[in-house]
Amino acid sequence: MSRYFPPLLLVILVLLPLFVKDPYLLNALITGGIFTIGAISLNLLLGFTGQLSLGHIAFFGIGAYASALTSLGFDVGLFGGVRVVHEAWPPLVGFVVAVVLAGACGFIVGRLSFRVRGAYFVIVTIAFAEVVRLVALNWIELTQGPLALTSIPQMRLGLPFGGETVLRTKAQNFYLMLAVATLCYLVVARLVSGRFGRAMRGLKENEPLAMSVGIDVTRTLTITATISAAMAGAAGSLYAHYFRIIDPDVFLFTYTVTMIIMVVSGGKGTLAGPLIGGVIFSILPVTLRPYMAPEAQWIVYGAVLILILFLTPKGLAPYVDEWFARRRANRLPAPSIDARAEART
Amino acid sequence: MSAAPILTVNHVEMRFGGLRAIADLHFDVAEGEILSLIGPNGAGKTTAFNIITGYLKPTSGEVCFRGTNLAGLSPNRVSRLGLARTFQRTSVFANDTVFDNVMLALHGAAHGAGVLDALFNLPRERRGEARRRERTAEILDQLGLTSRAYAPAGSLSYGEQRLVGVALALATDPTMLLLDEPVSGMNASETHNFVRLIRAIRDAGTTILLVEHDMPMVMAVSDRIVCLNHGQLIANAPPAEIRTNPAVIEAYLGKSAATTRIEEELAHA
Repeated sequence: MSRYFPPLLLVILVLLPLFVKDPYLLNALITGGIFTIGAISLNLLLGFTGQLSLGHIAFFGIGAYASALTSLGFDVGLFGGVRVVHEAWPPLVGFVVAVVLAGACGFIVGRLSFRVRGAYFVIVTIAFAEVVRLVALNWIELTQGPLALTSIPQMRLGLPFGGETVLRTKAQNFYLMLAVATLCYLVVARLVSGRFGRAMRGLKENEPLAMSVGIDVTRTLTITATISAAMAGAAGSLYAHYFRIIDPDVFLFTYTVTMIIMVVSGGKGTLAGPLIGGVIFSILPVTLRPYMAPEAQWIVYGAVLILILFLTPKGLAPYVDEWFARRRANRLPAPSIDARAEART
Repeated sequence: MSAAPILTVNHVEMRFGGLRAIADLHFDVAEGEILSLIGPNGAGKTTAFNIITGYLKPTSGEVCFRGTNLAGLSPNRVSRLGLARTFQRTSVFANDTVFDNVMLALHGAAHGAGVLDALFNLPRERRGEARRRERTAEILDQLGLTSRAYAPAGSLSYGEQRLVGVALALATDPTMLLLDEPVSGMNASETHNFVRLIRAIRDAGTTILLVEHDMPMVMAVSDRIVCLNHGQLIANAPPAEIRTNPAVIEAYLGKSAATTRIEEELAHA
């Protein structure tokens, strides 16, 4: 049943800017959407291969910085008096650089940590995120450190018949976010459905058995980490060009937790899961704002999360599916006595 | 059996710290043979299996399969060479259907499709999927699992799960199959059918190495038996000779045990 949710959500979101003109609300949806892309990418790893990336925000932040610096240009001195000067390139190139660079980082982290299984990947990702944050904080010549990178250009897209448009309005940025999110969703949906998806499921369920049928576990995990990180990088790039200012706080652990909450509450390992979680935790701040201070809101998030996990331990999407499956089973005619007796033996 | 050896275990030793699980194990498996590895619990049979299939690296010695030294190869590489195995306990992907289990095991039969093919659902991926579905149906039919194809593998009986385990191994299209206690948890008629299945697999050209505690079954199906005790090879002979081998009887029943009991048991086999 939850498979109807993504297309339904897409239709609603496509129509939404026609009715919703409130910039505050659109802003909240764009922000929530960007982190939902992060959640989609995290779900690919956490949900489908069972590997927890506790530093997922590092790939997001790398994407943000890569995209910002590519489109701003920089002039940095390296060791030995070598200077690297980069002229500003269009934001769209920045987006591509963000995806490639974040993906490359995912590949390296995966290669380093997936040779041994267990908690190593979790630890390496935490350490990686912290290292990247410190670099962003201290390499002031490149990143401005705590002063933040400012005046990041808005995303510009080429038009089909020449010329280009700058995404100035909230609605335009909303549609850009929606397009990227849809693309990421489709990539995940394709990947998990075929041969590669079965390999991921197999190594998650029973690794020795997966190896015995010829699945290269390390390679499968590394490819997944690369794709996942690349998507997080794409989300980071959107973030940079939308807010037009980034500082080392984009690497805060809280953001990783936000993505994990979206994935876990919606249902990890399901396609609809991160979308459901994303919608809930994007709308929640907006609905609560008139009634309580941001500090109090955090308590409510916590309570909502606990409530969801208490009632539906596997997350909302699997719960909804099971509920509909039960209802369908109840509507079928009851099995005959013979069949029931047979089932009991 | 005069065929050339397909698998050579060459003076393999395995130590876990101070414990010597296997000492100087050496035997050959001839092509087309059904060879059984027997021995009391803790004799090192499963350890030997894990070494042969790349899950453990031997302390010394080497294993050669069809002329390839398996030293340093990961289990998935060993599997790709055509050496498949089943497991003692966890033998299926419990949450997936039987059909999906076999589809999963056909991973190696990629027909050249990679991640990009999967991503864009290119013809190569679609052809591969179609062929995998065909082959899955064939394998399930061969093992008599067709009626269970859409049941979650974890919901099957013990005996049926063993069959799924064999189906997974067969999906890799092996030239040699290692079965680790395949009939434990099966009743007599299931065991009987399984023996027929093993013979059919061998007759189709797959060499078989078997670890099993069910002596009657081992005696009935094996061409040759290798017996281990405390990591030492104590016998390597056809079933008829193993029955009367004093070292084997001693390993199973101890030195002072009346030989009548083992003879009785083996006579029934």
